[in-house]
Amino acid sequence: MSQEVGRSNGGNSGAAPYSFGGEWQPSPIELGRRASRKAKSRRNGLIAALSSLLVLGTLAIVVVTSPGWKVLSATFFDWGYGFEVLPKILTGFFQSNVILTLIAATSVGILGLTIALIRTSRSPALTPFRILATGYVDAFRGIPMLLIILLVGFGIPALQIRGVTNDVFVLGIIAVIITYSAYVAEVIRSGILTVHPSQRAAARSLGLSNFQTLRYVVLPQALRRVTPPLLNDLVALIKDTGLVSILGVTDAIRAAQIETSRTFNYTPYVMAALVFLIVTIPLTRYTDRTLRKSIERQNAQGQA
Amino acid sequence: MSNPVLELVEVRKAFGAEVVLEDISIKVPEHTATVLIGASGSGKSTMLRCINLLELIDDGVIKLDGIDITDVSTNPDEIRRKLGMVFQSFNLFPHMKVLENIILAPMRVHGLGKEEATEKALELLTRFGLREKADQYPDRLSGGQQQRVAIIRSLAVEPRLLLLDEVTSALDPVLVNEVLSTVRDLKDHGMTMVLATHEMGFAKQVADEVCFLERGRIIEWGSPSEMLENPKDPRTQDFLKRVHEAGRL
Repeated sequence: MSQEVGRSNGGNSGAAPYSFGGEWQPSPIELGRRASRKAKSRRNGLIAALSSLLVLGTLAIVVVTSPGWKVLSATFFDWGYGFEVLPKILTGFFQSNVILTLIAATSVGILGLTIALIRTSRSPALTPFRILATGYVDAFRGIPMLLIILLVGFGIPALQIRGVTNDVFVLGIIAVIITYSAYVAEVIRSGILTVHPSQRAAARSLGLSNFQTLRYVVLPQALRRVTPPLLNDLVALIKDTGLVSILGVTDAIRAAQIETSRTFNYTPYVMAALVFLIVTIPLTRYTDRTLRKSIERQNAQGQA
Repeated sequence: MSNPVLELVEVRKAFGAEVVLEDISIKVPEHTATVLIGASGSGKSTMLRCINLLELIDDGVIKLDGIDITDVSTNPDEIRRKLGMVFQSFNLFPHMKVLENIILAPMRVHGLGKEEATEKALELLTRFGLREKADQYPDRLSGGQQQRVAIIRSLAVEPRLLLLDEVTSALDPVLVNEVLSTVRDLKDHGMTMVLATHEMGFAKQVADEVCFLERGRIIEWGSPSEMLENPKDPRTQDFLKRVHEAGRL
């Protein structure tokens, strides 16, 4: 069998076994391999389609034929009603969740980066700040965000300090920023720690100062590496902005809740869920893509 | 005779209880190359890192142009500006293009304008036959090309002294020569350098002085012909014999 591979020029008996000058033609062996690969992939496609149909079909039948399905679809999937309340939900979404996300994401980025830099610095002058930053991260990574929102939202106004806001929207943002900064600081710190010490050594040996080394060599590499997890945190942040509704902020979830308690129809909740999905699904897809790219880049570097 | 560019006087370095350099004294006059040889772990790299102040020494003095750089009042950043260092593992900045790697220090440390820095960098790249790689990222280059870029990067700041730490040890045998000829070129142009290497043939070509280190001590030193052909100390003889057997001479 193996001798056949050499006659790659269509089995012309007079031709040299290896012909570099002429047009390459796949050998019969290669053609055979291609045909069986094609057949195999066709068979795999068929199996995948069949099994999907079977599993998803069964699931659909079980749900639809269940005794409560009629009532459920009337109270959760009343699309006419759903589109009627959609404007209110969208208003809440754009006026609260989106604005909250934008303000919080920016502040969290700045605060998280600052905390990460303080925690990774070795300067003796920063020692008290380092202790504070470590305590901060320990505390706010360990407390459920809902509790922080409640504590900030009800605790700060209770202090009755003059000039400090009682606006639940502002207090809600502050609570979100406090919590997420602790997470983001740790993500960025881990990125900084993954930059190899030899990169620092190279930068310092060129005469760059500690700060310049951080600014031009360490941080650009660190932030690039942690972009996928940071995007992941952004998706979580968008969803968690809904938690401030507990303070009475009329966001998408609160707007849906108000409607639901009026009509006892739960379709507004489903609509609110869909509104979140429209934003989060593209973002998670984008996150997956950046993650894949960064892995590819690291692999390429590993080979160089 | 003026001061040597570099002088080490009885330098000692320990990591905890482990002494890695002991009683190291050398002089490196201007336009000369001093080659450090010795087995892995003998202290060659540590010695270079100490000269560059990447490691603090535990005793002794290091002088650059007659000035004590190990004095606690010296600013290490200022000293490093005058020294170039090339590492075994290249250590190019992977997020920067070749040109950006080279102009970083001239711009940020030496205050050159971007245009001037770029012009000088392109001149160097052209001189070493890497002009067309200026806009590539380091991971697109072969190991030999990366190391030559690293050498150019350290040259761009016009160092008083160049430190080369086993610059060919991470390279395929076929790529070693292009890097070695770059170093030879620098030597011919009068660059003062200290280099650690396992390439004895190369050491013979560029060295003005060869130092053999074992366990952190300089066992023997002298001209390359003395050291590599007629070493007196049995430990040097033994080391060279082993290198010879490994086919690296």
